[in-house]
Amino acid sequence: MRFGFQHGVHPPDAKELTAQVPLRRMPYPEELVLPLKQHAGKPAKLRVRLGQQVQRGDVIAEADGWVSSPIHASAAGVIKAVGLYPHPDGNMQEAVLLAVDRYSPQIPRPRMVPEWQGLSREEVVEAVRRAGVVGLGGAAFPTHVKLVPPEGTTVHTLVINGAECEPYLTSDHRTMVEFPERVIFGVQIMMASLDVPKAVIGVEKNKPDAIEALRRAVPAGLDITVLPLTVKYPQGAEKMLIRSVTGQEVPSGKLPVHLGVLVQNVGSAACIAEVFETGLPLVERIVTVSGLGVAKPANLIVPVGARIRDVLEYCGGLTPAAREVVFGGPMMGVVQPNLDAPVVKGTTGIIALTLDEIVRKPALPCIHCGRCLEACPVFLNPEKLAALAQLGRHDEMVAAHLADCMLCGSCSYVCPSGLPLSQMFSLSKGAVRRRKEAAA
Amino acid sequence: MSTIFDRPLPEDAGDTTEAEAEDRLVIAAAPHIKSRETTTTIMWTVIASMVPIVAASAYFFGISALLVVVAATMGCIAVEKAFGKPGALRDGSAVITGILLGLCLPPAFPLWMAALGGAFGIAIGKTLFGGLGQNPFNPALLGRAFLQGSMPTAITSFTAPGGHFWTIHRSTLAWPFMQVPKVDAITSATPLGLMKFDHAGTPLLNLMLGSTGGSLGETAGLVILACGLFLIWKGYVNWRIPAAMLGAAALFAALAHGAVPARYPGALFTVFSGGIMLGAFYMATDPVTAPVTNPGRWIFGAGIGALVVLIRFWGGLPEGVMYAILLGNCMVPFINRATQPRVFGTAARGRRQEVAP
Repeated sequence: MRFGFQHGVHPPDAKELTAQVPLRRMPYPEELVLPLKQHAGKPAKLRVRLGQQVQRGDVIAEADGWVSSPIHASAAGVIKAVGLYPHPDGNMQEAVLLAVDRYSPQIPRPRMVPEWQGLSREEVVEAVRRAGVVGLGGAAFPTHVKLVPPEGTTVHTLVINGAECEPYLTSDHRTMVEFPERVIFGVQIMMASLDVPKAVIGVEKNKPDAIEALRRAVPAGLDITVLPLTVKYPQGAEKMLIRSVTGQEVPSGKLPVHLGVLVQNVGSAACIAEVFETGLPLVERIVTVSGLGVAKPANLIVPVGARIRDVLEYCGGLTPAAREVVFGGPMMGVVQPNLDAPVVKGTTGIIALTLDEIVRKPALPCIHCGRCLEACPVFLNPEKLAALAQLGRHDEMVAAHLADCMLCGSCSYVCPSGLPLSQMFSLSKGAVRRRKEAAA
Repeated sequence: MSTIFDRPLPEDAGDTTEAEAEDRLVIAAAPHIKSRETTTTIMWTVIASMVPIVAASAYFFGISALLVVVAATMGCIAVEKAFGKPGALRDGSAVITGILLGLCLPPAFPLWMAALGGAFGIAIGKTLFGGLGQNPFNPALLGRAFLQGSMPTAITSFTAPGGHFWTIHRSTLAWPFMQVPKVDAITSATPLGLMKFDHAGTPLLNLMLGSTGGSLGETAGLVILACGLFLIWKGYVNWRIPAAMLGAAALFAALAHGAVPARYPGALFTVFSGGIMLGAFYMATDPVTAPVTNPGRWIFGAGIGALVVLIRFWGGLPEGVMYAILLGNCMVPFINRATQPRVFGTAARGRRQEVAP
C-alpha cells in the first residue's frame, strides 16, 4: 500500500557528497565537553568530582526524573573542570570538561550484557534508560519514555524512521547500509518490549542500498516491512511519515500513539541494539560532516562531546568559502556561532555551507503567489500567519493553528520574495510560550 | 542591498588560514538553503514572455503600436521612480503593468493618454496602497478603466491591422487637451463590436492569428496562448485561473449559442475574441490580486469567465474583460477567507474528526 503525504518541497539533496563514504572512527581529541543537557526534558544531575578518574562509559550525570537521561563519559580521562561551556543551542550551558587519557585503550569497564529475551518489559526499558539512549534523529527525546505508552493507549505499529529527508545528511543511511543487522535487532527488542506485532521501516527511495541491506537482514517469521518512500522533504517528519505508512493523519494536538503508532529513529534502534550487544551506553554517535565548506566530507563515528573545531580539523578544516556551520540538516538545523561547542547526542550532522549553497535573496514584499501554501505539509496558510506575525497578533496566529507548524522551513525555502517565514513562526511560538509561562 | 554575507573574500584564497575562514562565519535562521527562484526573476521572465505578444502587435499595427506600449511603460516607470520605494523599479512589476496597459489600448491611441494611464495605474492603483504586493486591483486594468472613463472616444477608435510599418497615425502624436484628430487610417470595428451591434461574425482563423481590429495585445489569440502556456510550464502562472476563466466563458457562451445561435457567438469565438485571452493569462493571474488558495483560484477564474460573457452578451459594452477582472479583484479577500485550507489532522469544515481507536 502506498499513501504518501501532500505538499512538501524538493531541495537539492547533496547527499552524493557523503552517501558512499564508509564510516570511520574519529580519533579521540584531547578534551571533551559533556553538557548536562543533551536531551529533551530536565538536565541530568552531576555525579562526579573535580579531578576524578573516569573510564569510558562511566556515569557522569544521572537522569533527573523520568523525562531526562543520564550522561556517560565518552572516553577515559580526568574531570578537569565543571562550568559553563558553549552549547550547540547557542547558549552557555553547564558542562563537564573531560581531559582524555591519551594512553588509555578506551576499553569500557567489564559489565553485564543483559540477555534481552529473559528480561521483562520493565527491565528492558530500564536498561535503555540507564544507557542514556535518546532519539538520534535530532530532537533527542529520551527513548525510554516513548517505550512506555501512556495509560489507556495501545501501540499496534512500530514505525522506524529511516527517511532521512534532510539534504546532506547520510548518517542514518550509513547506519542502515553498514549495520542493518543491528538496526533490525534494535527493532526486534523494541517490538518485544512494547508487545507490538508489526514494524515498518520507512526509507526514502534515494537509498536503494539501505533498503536492500535492511530487507536482507530481516529474519523470517518477524513482521518487519521495509517501505520505500517518495523522496520529498519533510518525509521524515513524524506526522508525514505516519501519513505515508498508515494513510492516517495524526489529529492536531495529539500524539501519534492516539493512532496506535510509535515512531523511533533507525539510529536509536541501532543504539538500543548496541546496549544489548555490548552493554556500552550511548557515548558515541554517527555524524555526517558535509557541505562544500568542509575540505573532506565524511561520515564519522564521533565521541559525544567532541568539539566542532576538532571534528572539522579531522575533516581537513573549513574551506575559505565556508559561511555557515550548521548542526543537523540545512532545512531545520541550528547554526553554530561558536566552533567550541561540542557534538551532543542529537547531532546528526555538521554541515559547512558556502555562499553558493545558501542562495541569498533580497527581501521583497509578499506577492501572494501562494507557493508557501502549496509547500506547507500541514496545510497552514503561511502567508496569512506571516502577516499576523508582523503585526504581533499572536492570538489570531494561535487560532490559525500556529501550534501545528513544525518549523520544517518548507515555506521559507520556496518563498520567491525571500521572506523568513519559519523564523517568524519560531519567534511567535516563543512569544506565545513566554506569555503562557508569565500567566501561569 | 548589502548584507552580512558580502564581506569580501581575500584575493588569494590559498593563503587563508583556518581562523580567517572562521571569522567569516555568519549566524542565520533555518532553513539555511533556499530555492533559487526570486520574485525579481519571476517578474522579468513574465516581461520576457510578453515580447512575442508585443512583436505580434507591432507586426499587425506597425510602429504606432510599439510607441503606445513604450509610452504606457514610461508613465508607469516615472511614477514608480518618483513615488515608489527606493529600488522598487528593479523588481520589474512596474514594467509589467506598463506593457500590459499598452497591450490593452487601441493601436493609434494618443501617446500622452497612454502615459497618463500608466501613471494613474501605478500612482492610484499601486503606490497609494503601499507598493508591490499591497494593491487590491490590477494596476494596469485600473489605468485602463481610468482611460475608458476619461477618454471614451479615443479608447474605442480602432484602426484596422495592415498598412505600412513606419506609418505613425496622427492621433498617436496628438497633444494633450487638443481636439483628437480623427483616426486617419481605415477604422475598423472590433470583432466583438461587430458581433454586438451588427450581429456579424468574424472568421475564427482571423481571430486566432490576429488579423482583426482591436487593442494591441488582444488580436493574436494563439500567440498569447503560447506565451501563457510557457509561463504555466515555468510555474510562474497558476494554471487554474486561466483554465477556470476560459472554461467558464466557453461553457456559458456555448449554452447561450446553443439556445439562440443567431444572436450569441459560440465558445471558440468567445475565448479568442477581445481581451479574454490576455486577461486570462496575464491579468487575472497577477498573484497580488488573485486568491492564494487553489479552490479560491477556481472560483475566482470561473466567476470572471462568467462575468465576461454576462457583460458581452447582455451588458451595454461589447467587451467586459476589464470590468470582470476588476470585480473579481474585489472579491479576492472574501474568496480567500472562504477557502482557507484544512489544517493537517483537523476535520474538514462540518465533518467530525475520525480518530482511530
